[in-house]
Amino acid sequence: MAMLEVKNLEVCYGMIQAIKGISFEVNEGEVIALIGANGAGKTTTLHTVSGLLSPRAGTVTFEGKDITKTPAHKIVSYGMAHVPEGRRVFASLSVFHNLKMGAYTRSNKEEIEDSLKMVYTRFPRLEERKNQLAGTLSGGEQQMLAMGRALMSKPRIILMDEPSMGLSPIFVNEIFDIIKQVSAGGTTVLLVEQNAKKALSIADRGYVLETGKIVLEGKAQELLDDESVKKAYLGE
Amino acid sequence: MSFLSYLINGISLGSVYAIIALGYTMVYGIAKMLNFAHGDVIMVGGYAALTMMLNLNMNPFVAILVAIVVCTVLGICIETIAYRPLLGAASPLAVLITAIGVSYFLQNVVLLIFGSNPKSFQSAVTFGDLQLAGGGLVISDEAIVTIVSCVVIMVGLTLFISKTKAGQAMQAVSEDKGAARLMGINVNGTIALTFAIGSGLAAVAGILLLSSYPSLTPYTGSMPGIKAFVAAVFGGIGSIPGAFIGGILLGVIEILGRAYISSQLADAIVFAVLIIVLLVKPTGLLGKAVQEKV
Repeated sequence: MAMLEVKNLEVCYGMIQAIKGISFEVNEGEVIALIGANGAGKTTTLHTVSGLLSPRAGTVTFEGKDITKTPAHKIVSYGMAHVPEGRRVFASLSVFHNLKMGAYTRSNKEEIEDSLKMVYTRFPRLEERKNQLAGTLSGGEQQMLAMGRALMSKPRIILMDEPSMGLSPIFVNEIFDIIKQVSAGGTTVLLVEQNAKKALSIADRGYVLETGKIVLEGKAQELLDDESVKKAYLGE
Repeated sequence: MSFLSYLINGISLGSVYAIIALGYTMVYGIAKMLNFAHGDVIMVGGYAALTMMLNLNMNPFVAILVAIVVCTVLGICIETIAYRPLLGAASPLAVLITAIGVSYFLQNVVLLIFGSNPKSFQSAVTFGDLQLAGGGLVISDEAIVTIVSCVVIMVGLTLFISKTKAGQAMQAVSEDKGAARLMGINVNGTIALTFAIGSGLAAVAGILLLSSYPSLTPYTGSMPGIKAFVAAVFGGIGSIPGAFIGGILLGVIEILGRAYISSQLADAIVFAVLIIVLLVKPTGLLGKAVQEKV
C-alpha cells in the first residue's frame, strides 16, 4: 500500500476549478517530483494534501488514514510536514525559535533536543545564526530554515513547494543536495518544482501537471528522456 | 505636591487604559482585526460585578472573579459567533462593521436589562488611602491597586507569551496563520484564547476604572474603549509593551491637560498628541515594521 494516496482530487477556488480530478501515489522512501508550469495546480495540490485547502471531491489517504477532511494542524502530528512556497519563516522570531516552532506538536524535550542537533548538523549555517532574526537571513538561508523547521516535527513524509524558487544557482544546488540527504535519511519526499530538470534528476518518479490534470507520469529518467517533457519543461 | 498627585492620578488612569489597550493590541496582533466591541465588554464586566455584589451580596473578590469569567466567556462567544465566520471574508470591513454592531448590541441588551439610570459602583478596594509627607500627598488605595495590577498583568502576560507553548503559538499565528497551521498550531483555538484573555482583562480594567470613577451606565465602556484604542495605536498596535507605555502616557497627558490647560480640552489634547505621534512615527512609539528579505 502506498504511503500517500490521492484519488480523483478536485479543488475549486470559488467558481474556478484548479484541480480537475487527479490521482497519484507516493510510496515510502520515494522522492516524487510534481512538475508543471506556473498555474498548473502544483501548489494547490500540496495545500490540499496537507489540509490547508479542502477539496470539492476526491480523497487523500496517508498511511491508511483518510485525511481528506482533517484540519492541517492535526495532519502535522500524523507525521506529515509541509515546507510552503516562499518559505514563510516567522520573520520576527529568531532562527532558534523558528525551529522550536517546528516541534510544536511534540512534547518529549530530549527527542526535540536530538532533532535540533540533527538539524544543526545538516544545516551548520543555521547553528551559526541561531540567535539572528529569521527575517534578516538571505533567501537561501531562509529556505534552509524552512526545511529545518519542517524536519523538527520528525515527519515521515515532507512536502516541499518550490524550494529552489528565487535562489542563486549555488544555493539551488545546495538545496537539492539537502533534499537528497533528507531522503537518504529515510524521509519520503513529495517535491513540487518549476525547475523540472533538477527535480527529476533527484526524483524516483514524477508526475507532469498541466492546467489541473496529470498529463504524464513515469520514472524520473523516462520523463527526462521524453520528447514532450524536454520540449515543454527542460528547454531542450 | 499637587503636580505629584496629578501625576499619580494620571498613571492610575493610564494603567486602566493600558489594561484595556492590551485587549485591542493582542486581538489586532493575532486576528488582524479591530474589535470595537472591546470597550463594551468592560461595561458588561462592571454590571456583572455590581450585580454579584449588590443583588447577591457576594464578597467583592468573588464578584470580581465571576465578572472575569463572564467577560472571558463573552469574549469567546463574540469571537466564535460574530467574527469567526467572517475571518475569510473578502473585505476586512465586514469584520469592522460587525464589531460596531456587536458594540451596540451589548449596550442595548444591558440597557434592556438594567435601564439607563446610572448605577453607582461601590469600590472593590477598601484598605484606606495612603498618606505621605504628613498628609501633603494622598494616594488613593484605588490608585495603588490599579497601578500594581497593571504592572502585574504586564509582567505576567509578557512571561506567558515568551515562555508558554500557547504564548509561542500566539506569536506564530500573529505572524503567519498559514505557516502556523503547518506547524500544528490550532489557529482558531489560538484566536479564541486571545479573545478570552483580552476580555478577561477588560473585566479587570472595568472594575478598576469603576472603583475610581463609580458611575455605571450602558455607555460607560465606549469612551475608555476609544481612548484605550488610541493608547494601543499610540504605543504601536500589536505591541504589548507599546500598549503599556501608550496607556500610561495617555492617562498622564489627559489628567495633566485637565489640570493645567483646560478640562474641556483634555480629550482634544489627547487626540492631538496622537496625531502628532503618528505624523512623526506612523507605526506608533514601539511599533515596528519588520524588514523582510525576499
